[in-house]
Amino acid sequence: MSPAEPDVFRRALTEHLGGAKIYFKRDELNHTGSHKINNCLGQILLAKRMGKTRIIAETGAGQHGVATATVCARFGFPCEVYMGATDVERQAPNVFRMKLLGAKVHPVTAGHGTLKDAMNEALRDWVTNVEDTYYLIGTAAGPHPYPAMVRDFQSIIGTEARAQIQEMEGRLPDAIVACVGGGSNAIGLFHPFLDDEEVAIYGVEAGGHGLDVHNGHAASLTGGRPGVLHGNRTYLLQDDDGQILEGHSISAGLDYPGIGPEHSFLRDTGRVTYVPATDAEAMEAFQLLTRLEGIIPALEPAHALAHVIKLAPTMAKDQILVMNLCGRGDKDVFTVGRLLGFEM
Amino acid sequence: MTKTRIDSTVARLAAEGRPALVTFVTAGDPDYDTSLEILKALPEAGADIVEFGMPFSDPMAEGPPIQAATLRALNGGQTMIRTLDMVRAFRAGNETTPLVLMGYYNPIYIYGVERFLTDAKAAGVDGLIVVDLPPEEDEELCLPAIEAGISFIRLATPTTDDARLPAVLANTSGFVYYVSILGITGTAAPDAGRVKVAVERIKRHTDLPVMVGFGVKSFEQARTLGRDADGVVVGSALVNAVRDSLEDGKATDRTVGAVTAIVADLAAGVRAARSEAA
Repeated sequence: MSPAEPDVFRRALTEHLGGAKIYFKRDELNHTGSHKINNCLGQILLAKRMGKTRIIAETGAGQHGVATATVCARFGFPCEVYMGATDVERQAPNVFRMKLLGAKVHPVTAGHGTLKDAMNEALRDWVTNVEDTYYLIGTAAGPHPYPAMVRDFQSIIGTEARAQIQEMEGRLPDAIVACVGGGSNAIGLFHPFLDDEEVAIYGVEAGGHGLDVHNGHAASLTGGRPGVLHGNRTYLLQDDDGQILEGHSISAGLDYPGIGPEHSFLRDTGRVTYVPATDAEAMEAFQLLTRLEGIIPALEPAHALAHVIKLAPTMAKDQILVMNLCGRGDKDVFTVGRLLGFEM
Repeated sequence: MTKTRIDSTVARLAAEGRPALVTFVTAGDPDYDTSLEILKALPEAGADIVEFGMPFSDPMAEGPPIQAATLRALNGGQTMIRTLDMVRAFRAGNETTPLVLMGYYNPIYIYGVERFLTDAKAAGVDGLIVVDLPPEEDEELCLPAIEAGISFIRLATPTTDDARLPAVLANTSGFVYYVSILGITGTAAPDAGRVKVAVERIKRHTDLPVMVGFGVKSFEQARTLGRDADGVVVGSALVNAVRDSLEDGKATDRTVGAVTAIVADLAAGVRAARSEAA
């Protein structure tokens, strides 16, 4: 794994938006292209310590699947990844990466073939093979102790960001921003800042086609209500009968009807402000960053950036904003190309 | 809590000296009317206790057969309100057969626990099996259910060891549902020898009857497992019979009969269990 990647001041973006000084925590420069590897490294060591001999995982966009397949290759574990059949189709490059790394990818056709169905199928595998199998969950959700464990492994993000910004600016930031799907990169960034009351914290959910479109977004906190799924009580996208909805987001990594339970807690206490960003806003942010800074972000942090674009101009020029750029955009080039009408 | 239909049925079968046949079908599969007709036909076909599945979009503990049945029911517009309506309609013509609602917590949570228990009791529900609520969460639903006079039946599995069993059994009432395999419904067949050992182990911890399910589908299994357990549970085989009877996804005049034929066969199995073992 690469050493701690410093926060980097984004001069062009800062000048363009004309407000707060913008820094990125560059988790997209991690091995495998996102923050997901932090958690996988921690959990694979746990699996080894527990004497398990087989690893399973679920994946949506494929980032967690690739990270899991990578640590399994490195530590010599057989690896099987459950992925919704719909996602297998729209994330073909990551499917191929997992296969190259030696993992077996199971397309899940149950339900509607997306992330929650993949998680159901992984849970079914786990109860069947619990004696030798370790389930490496990719986000800060699911049954105890995963939400706390994944948070702890990901909190390296916030710990590094906090130390680095203090070194560069001599003080804490005024605002921190991260995208939220299941919520692992966000809780990792937020957690070390929770007691710093002067730091405003923003979690950006996938607003899809808009919160007013039924089943047209994946914003559990701003457009859902509490329920119980996958072993935790948290905000969920669901209908009036308690059936879980699929949700929608342009980003496969945010396309999950639940959210880590700690985010639900932070929403209810008011410590963190959760806001939606739509597909269209994320697409605009994606293109803006690519042109201004020469960085192609993943569609997930493009949602965080969409909020930064709204937030930064409202802040003073001597204020500091840190955003986690949690993944790189190579995997999304095809999706974006299609949406922009480019023949791929 | 007060004596329920489950308790009196279990006592009657103990007196008869035979194990119970517990049947599971999904409410609303393949449609409201056919599902209600199936439910009403089960006791006559030989079911001693009926489990009625409350469909949930994410049935994590189910194998492909019950997943498919769930999807058929939800696509047919099944809701909690309709499920409780069906129980009421069943109870209007049957006052003795215990009925257990089985499913997942979220639809109950959204319906409202207090409202659900009131409506379920009034409709004639005797017990609940809610697979995604562990004993650590008994205050959510288990204790209020017992308070409302509804049994809360919990699952024990091959990995529920002697250290864990007391917690699982603490607030369990009606019966214990022993999951005979590691895994999900409707997949592998249980090993009778291992089930015998497991049932004996559970019975060292409780006086409640132990019903064995997951993977039971034949006369022979019902007969063999029924020697050692207080009852056997069949589910996936019944919803597969529903599936196989459909044409273009719609019920046919064979659908109800396809289910009751299997129930009758298994009912003969449980009746043969002890007579031959003796």
